[in-house]
Amino acid sequence: MKWWQWSRRRSGPPQSRPEDISCREIVLIVNDYVEGALPVDEREAVEMHLNLCDGCTDYLDQLRISIELTGEVPTDPLAPEFEEELCFAFRSFTRP
Amino acid sequence: MLRVAMMFVSSRAVAEEVVQEAWLGVLKGLDRFEGRSSLKTWIFRILTNTAKTRGEREGRSVPFSSLGGDAGDDEAPVDADRFFGDGHRWAGHWASSPRNPRDVPEERLLADEARQRIAAAIETLPENQRAVITLRDVDGFDADEACEILGISEVNQRVLLHRARTKVRSALGQYLDEEAAA
Repeated sequence: MKWWQWSRRRSGPPQSRPEDISCREIVLIVNDYVEGALPVDEREAVEMHLNLCDGCTDYLDQLRISIELTGEVPTDPLAPEFEEELCFAFRSFTRP
Repeated sequence: MLRVAMMFVSSRAVAEEVVQEAWLGVLKGLDRFEGRSSLKTWIFRILTNTAKTRGEREGRSVPFSSLGGDAGDDEAPVDADRFFGDGHRWAGHWASSPRNPRDVPEERLLADEARQRIAAAIETLPENQRAVITLRDVDGFDADEACEILGISEVNQRVLLHRARTKVRSALGQYLDEEAAA
């Protein structure tokens, strides 16, 4: 018996065996994995693949780091004259 | 907010007007805010409605009606030659693995330069991808809120986010390769 046969809790279609997910396919669905948007069996297959594959683990680490760094990117500052105008609008606003 | 407004209108100047108009709409409509979504989501929703109306008046078709016109639709997330080709014993597996981020000293990973690379990659994204990644990863909205703000389906949001994050990751990957070689 192969390791994947006893490690799977229930038998699925043959194409859902972890060894059948290639790294090329992992990079297509790994963001859905991060988003928690994968069906349970696919999520388990991704996790099994990640347990065995350093390349995909490093890819996932890079993805997580880039998401974190994206959160630290400074947002566009407003043009000063525009900011002034907006502040003026706020100050001069009276409740209807 | 500017970045989101710019998806719907033709120029930054018009987008600035839209942001201003949206804030006035927020002030006038505050009494009608029912608290069914967060205040932040509600404000952004007013922003996109204002921007869409303005965009339509400008004669611009509203983006997000489809994924069409989205540059890079067929682009693979990773260069095909980083994988073993069909026919190889390890077809579809890494021929050239991504860099382990721990190969690069932490201070280089947290350096301003890394963030600048990320920012530059975001700038080159198509507008709809840029809007989604900005709402999700810069402004911190969750998936449902981003859908509500942009008026797009869950699937559409996920596809756009996947494409955007993939390209930004790729910029980081390149940075890591360069730093590790330095």
